[in-house]
Amino acid sequence: MEFLSYFGGVFEPVAFMLLIGGTIGGLILGATPGLSPTMAVALLIPFTFHLTPTQGLILLGAAYTSTVAGGAVSAILLKIPGAPANIATALDGNAMAKRGEGARALQLSFLSSGIGGVIGVLLLIFLTPVLAQWALAFGPSHLFWLAILGVTVIGSLDSKSFVKGLLSGCIGLWLSMIGYDDIQGAQRFIFFDALAGGIHIIAALIGIFAIPQVIEMFAKGRQSGVIEAIEVPRHALSASIAEVIQRIRALSIGTSFGVIIGLIPGVGGQIAGLVAYDQSRKFSPEREKFGTGHPEGLIAAESANNAMVGPSLVPLLTLSIPGSPTAAVLLGGLLIHGIFPGTDLFDRNPEVAWTFINSMLIGQILMVIFGILTAAWAAKIARVPTPIMAASVLVLALFGSYSVQQSMGDVTVMMGLGVAMFFLQRFGFSAAPLVLGLILGPIAEANFIQGSLIANAQDGPVVYFLTGGLNIFLIVLVIASILYSFWSNMVLSRRGAVAA
Amino acid sequence: MTASRFQHLIASGLVLAVAVIVGWLSFTQQPAEAFLFPRLISVVFVLLALWNFARAALGLSKVGEGVDMRLALTILPGLVVALIYIFFAAKTLGFYLASTIAFLVVYTLYDPVPVSDLRGWVRRIVITAVFMAVIYGLFAMLLQVQTPRGLFI
Repeated sequence: MEFLSYFGGVFEPVAFMLLIGGTIGGLILGATPGLSPTMAVALLIPFTFHLTPTQGLILLGAAYTSTVAGGAVSAILLKIPGAPANIATALDGNAMAKRGEGARALQLSFLSSGIGGVIGVLLLIFLTPVLAQWALAFGPSHLFWLAILGVTVIGSLDSKSFVKGLLSGCIGLWLSMIGYDDIQGAQRFIFFDALAGGIHIIAALIGIFAIPQVIEMFAKGRQSGVIEAIEVPRHALSASIAEVIQRIRALSIGTSFGVIIGLIPGVGGQIAGLVAYDQSRKFSPEREKFGTGHPEGLIAAESANNAMVGPSLVPLLTLSIPGSPTAAVLLGGLLIHGIFPGTDLFDRNPEVAWTFINSMLIGQILMVIFGILTAAWAAKIARVPTPIMAASVLVLALFGSYSVQQSMGDVTVMMGLGVAMFFLQRFGFSAAPLVLGLILGPIAEANFIQGSLIANAQDGPVVYFLTGGLNIFLIVLVIASILYSFWSNMVLSRRGAVAA
Repeated sequence: MTASRFQHLIASGLVLAVAVIVGWLSFTQQPAEAFLFPRLISVVFVLLALWNFARAALGLSKVGEGVDMRLALTILPGLVVALIYIFFAAKTLGFYLASTIAFLVVYTLYDPVPVSDLRGWVRRIVITAVFMAVIYGLFAMLLQVQTPRGLFI
C-alpha cells in the first residue's frame, strides 16, 4: 500500500493543474480525427522539458488516458473514430446518437471508460511492484534479450506484414546506433553534420508520428465536405449510471479483455475494443441488436480500450517493454528525464513513479467528469478543417523538435524521418516497431557490451547469452512471437486479406 | 488500393540498399569493438531486407497502398512548402515569420474555399494570426525558447 503515501503529490497546485489541463486537452485532441493519442503525447513531450519529471509524467499520463476516451466523442457524434481504439465505439455509439440518444451514448461511454480505466490502473498499482522485484533477477544478458523481445513483439504483432514489422524494428535499431559510440567514442553512420549528436528521441518521435499524419492530411486535398455533428439533447446522468451498473456483463467483459490485452506487449487499444465488442456480442442474449445502437456494444468497447491503458504500462515500467505505441512514446518521455524503468524506478524514484501512477487513477475520474461536461463542445472542435489541422501540426512539430535542445539538427532529423516514415508506411512498414528499436537500441547495446565483457571473463558469449533458464525462456518468447506472427500472416494470406 | 509490384520492388530495393550499406559499414569500419553490436543487427537487417526484396520481386508483397500519381500530385504542393519551411525558411526568415507564411500557404493550398473569395482570405488571415499568437505566447513567453531570428523574427 506504498502508493497511498504519494497521493499528496498529485494534489500539489501545479501538478493538479497539469492533470486537469492534460485531461481536458487530451479529450479535445482525442476527439479530433487525425490526431492520434500517440502523436498527441509525442507533441507534448517537449513541453515536459520545462517541468519536473513528476509534473511532466502527470501531463503525459493524463493526455494518454483522455485521448483514448476523447476519441469516443467523434466516434459517437461524427462516426469518425478519434483514434483506432474507438473503431468499435462508432458501431453502436453513432447509431444511438442518430436516434437522438447522443447524450446517453456519451455518458455511457465516459462512465464505462472511467470504470474500465480505474480497474486497469489498480492492476498497474498492484502488479507493477511485484514484477519490478522479479526484474531484479535480470542480468545484462536477460536485459539484452528483453530489449530484443520488445522490438520483435511489437514488430510482429503491430504490423500487417511481420517481415516489414521486423524490418521496421531493425531500421529503428540502426537509427539508434547513429552518432558517437559511448565506449570507444568512434563515429558511427554519421553521413552529415545533423547526425553527429545522434538521433534525439523526441525529435524522432515527433517526426515519425506527426509528419506522416500531416502529409496524410495533405493527401485529402481540398475537401469541401462539412462534417455535421449530431445534436445532443439532455439526458439524466443518474439514469446512465444506473444503466452502466445494470449492464454489468458488458462492462465486465470489456474490462477483462482490456486488462488482459493491455498486458500483452504490442497489442493496442484497437484490438482490445474490437475483441471486447465481439465477445460481448457472443455472450449477449440480444446479440442481433449489436450494430444498431445497442448500449452493451458501446460499454464493452469503451471499457476495454481504457482498461488497457494501465496494464499497457506494466511491462513498460517493469521491463522497459511498452504495451502499446503510445506507451513506447511514454518510455521516451521517461528516459529523457533520466528515469529508467524497472526496480530503479521504484527504489530510486518512488515519488516520481507512484505520483505518476496515482495521477492516472485520479485522471480517470477527472476524465469522466470533464468528458461528460465538455463532450458536446469537444465535438465542435473536432470539426476543425483538415488544412488548419495540417498547418498547426506542422508548425508545432517545428517548434517542438527545436525546443528540446535548441538545435536545427534536430529539426532536420525530425523532418527527414517524418517524410521517410510517410513513404515507408505507404509500403506497409510500421512506425511503432521503428520507434521501439530506436528507444530500446541503446538499452540492448549497453547490455550486450556489458554482457560480452562478463562473458569474456567467464565461459564465453555463447554460454553467457544462450544458456540459463531465463535466457532460454526469453529466447523462446522471441522466437514464439515471430512464429506466431508468421503463422497468423499465413492464415490471413490464405484468406486473401493480407500478404506477408 | 494496393501498391503495384513495381512500386514494392522500388521500395524494398531502397530498404535493401540501406541494409547493405549499414552491413558493409559495420564490417569495414574501425575500431571493431565499436561496431560489434551494429554487426549483429546488420546481419539480421540484411537478411530480412533480402527476404522482403525477394517477396516483392515474386509479386508476393501486397501490404501497403503505395503512392499513385493522383496522391503524389495532391501531396506535392504541401510537401514542397513543408520542406522549404523546415529546411530553409525557418532559419533564414526566422521561426515566427516563416511559420506564419507556412501556415497561411498550407491552409490556402488545401482550403476548399476558392482563392478568389475575399471572406475566405479574411478568415485564413485571422486564424493564422490567432494561431501564431498562441504559438508565440507558448514558446517565446511561457517556455522562453530562443528561436533563430533570421532576417526578421
